[in-house]
Amino acid sequence: MEAAAGGGCGSGPPLLLSEGEQQCYSELFARCAGAAGGGPGSGPPEAARAVPGAVTAAAGPVADLFRASQLPAETLHQITELCGAKRVGYFGPTQFYIALKLIAAAQSGLPVRIESLKCELPLPRFMMSKTDADTRFGNPAELHGAKVQIPYLITEKNTFKRMDDEDKQETQSPTMSPLASPPSSPPHYQRVPLSHGYSKLRSSTEQMHPAPYEARQPLVQPEGPSSGAAGAKPPRHQASLIRSFSVEREPHDNNSNYPDEPWRITEEQREYYVNQFRSLQPDPSSFISGSVAKNFFTKSKLSIPELSYIWELSDADCDGALTLPEFCAAFHLIVARKNGYPLPEGLPPTLQPEYLQAAFPKPKRECTLFDSYSESMPANQQPRDLNRMEKLSIKDMADFPVPAQDVTSDDKQEQNKTRLEQNKIRLALKSTADEALPKDMSEDPATSKDSNSLKARPRSRSYSSTSIEEAMKRGEDPPTPPPRPQKTHSRASSLDLNKVFQPSVPATKSGLLPPPPALPPRPCPSQSEQASEAEIHPQLNRAPSQAADSSPTKKDIPYSQPPSKPIRRKFRPENPAPENQEPSSTVGGPASAATGKPHTAVQKQSSKQKKAIQTAIRKNKEANAVLARLNSELQQQLKEVHQERIALENQLEQLRPVTVL
Amino acid sequence: MAVCVAVIAKENYPLYIRSIPTENELKFHYMVHTSLDVVDEKISAMGKALVDQRELYLGLLYPTEDYKVYGYVTNSKVKFVMVVDSSNTALRDNEIRSMFRKLHNSYTDVMCNPFYNPGDRIQSRAFDSMVTSMMIQVC
Repeated sequence: MEAAAGGGCGSGPPLLLSEGEQQCYSELFARCAGAAGGGPGSGPPEAARAVPGAVTAAAGPVADLFRASQLPAETLHQITELCGAKRVGYFGPTQFYIALKLIAAAQSGLPVRIESLKCELPLPRFMMSKTDADTRFGNPAELHGAKVQIPYLITEKNTFKRMDDEDKQETQSPTMSPLASPPSSPPHYQRVPLSHGYSKLRSSTEQMHPAPYEARQPLVQPEGPSSGAAGAKPPRHQASLIRSFSVEREPHDNNSNYPDEPWRITEEQREYYVNQFRSLQPDPSSFISGSVAKNFFTKSKLSIPELSYIWELSDADCDGALTLPEFCAAFHLIVARKNGYPLPEGLPPTLQPEYLQAAFPKPKRECTLFDSYSESMPANQQPRDLNRMEKLSIKDMADFPVPAQDVTSDDKQEQNKTRLEQNKIRLALKSTADEALPKDMSEDPATSKDSNSLKARPRSRSYSSTSIEEAMKRGEDPPTPPPRPQKTHSRASSLDLNKVFQPSVPATKSGLLPPPPALPPRPCPSQSEQASEAEIHPQLNRAPSQAADSSPTKKDIPYSQPPSKPIRRKFRPENPAPENQEPSSTVGGPASAATGKPHTAVQKQSSKQKKAIQTAIRKNKEANAVLARLNSELQQQLKEVHQERIALENQLEQLRPVTVL
Repeated sequence: MAVCVAVIAKENYPLYIRSIPTENELKFHYMVHTSLDVVDEKISAMGKALVDQRELYLGLLYPTEDYKVYGYVTNSKVKFVMVVDSSNTALRDNEIRSMFRKLHNSYTDVMCNPFYNPGDRIQSRAFDSMVTSMMIQVC
């Protein structure tokens, strides 16, 4: 063993392993290699050495094992270097054993040197993790211990990303790659990503913030603070699910007062929400009506009571419509709920509209936009984005009412203040569920709410756009969003409302909305005068059921000047009979008069625009046909009504007593 | 404070009813149910011409030995009924009015929620908490 180890190592002193160590190491190696499917690892080292590719412990399990040793990243990095894995490029048994020995040395407090290998050392200790995938590792002594599920600490974004990339087993988030764009490790897990990950771990150990993991993937985490390495474990379980309430808060949270990380909206999420908002409502400073929002959020396939509750939380002023910050809050809550977070009792402070308005004055950034509202994507966004948020200096706001108050314009300050008080009071009411609230306290929000509601409800909110919102709006205009690949819209954006609402000039969806050049059914009198004479005959021929004689229509031409409705009314007392035909001609006349216009317009247009014009003509013709049909139906009805009227009049005549005097 | 609070729809079925947990909650339900007749009586007594001027707060509907029942009707014929303990003499009319006003405001907020279909049972947590605040019990 020694010779083999020494030979394999090539550079270090021979490795002395005791019996127990030998057993343990080979077991661990077997697990590492076996778990990775690399074949039996506990074969004789010579054989293993001879076939380097066959029996190597794969990087993933090895990395996890090393992290489980609870050593700082630097140490692990050193160890990997020393054991030669980096040099040879793989974790052969010798490298592995050396590494384990070094880990034992480090855990015993000895410096990580090759010389340490000579010492008698206890077995290296590894904290066992609880998941089925991870049960391969474990200190035999501690195998059955510590199955405690301790909420744990992840490092900040960079580390997180590296670990995510290194986690080859985790396939929950295929769309992570856009965000992991900087040196994302290759799918094969060579030593490079291993050390790369370690280096990142090293560089990013400062920032840690608490984030528990989902119950179904619990991990045992060391409670020691130096668990930068330990923080890398979560990616294996794809930190897509972070719960806020079961966290043991890290004392040093550089994000000031808000420990509720999942309720923060990151820049990218905000971008996404804003774009979705704009797809529903082009004006970012205006609001989305309730029904529109309802349709939109129903696409998220949450249950109605949940959606109702989310609405309740996010519509702060309870007016049945969502402004941009309210919409972002609602969207964020929906995203969180879809990722398995339970909904909070009250609106978290980071989702308050004032906070959101103040925290995100400048929306546009050059970040990638997500157009498909897929489930996995927001899931992946969240942990990464949450981590990224830590860095943003926006978080330096100590107290959320303060920026809101500072920022809002003076004339709206009162309103906002009262609203803030309301929110505070509401939150207090909700969160504490304190039934001993004095009555005046509870009445206060009612009265203040009354006054505020009186002010706020008549849609004054659209004008309460603070300077921040205006800046936001202005800021949003210049950078146009990158062109989105029109992938399958799986959810809310499946109905691409941008297309729906864009006025598409060449093609309308149906003939029911004729574009302006075509046909108001009753144009001004002058036009009908000019064209009616020429067009009235062909128009009459077109009008299907009400083709009138030419003579009555000619007589009626001068009367066709005012719009058709007054015409009808005018002519009713005179003559019921020609009435039927006359309105049709007048209505048909204006219609045809207008059709004459596009024809002349065609002649004037250049040939380049002919196509557009021709399509417009086609549309107009369709519209014509529809209107003509409508016309005929209405005429039919009119006829019937007239006949009824005549019948009734006759009856009346008969019934009236014949007292002629 | 209130012993029982109920929101009755226009068609006289309950949208929301909640009473303090006692051994005989059904009694309160029954009282609310019978009070609906009184409410209808009061509404119709106004007459068609006065429907605009009809006040929303109906006042004491009827007193029983232990309890008093107050009523309030909105313009959409949604009724709020509140049963209070008679022994709570400190409860003035103004306070009852303010309680009804709060109820009405909360109800309006519930209505504003687009996910709420009128005629459904009210399941809003905000509404619940508001009613809880009104129903605080000394016992």
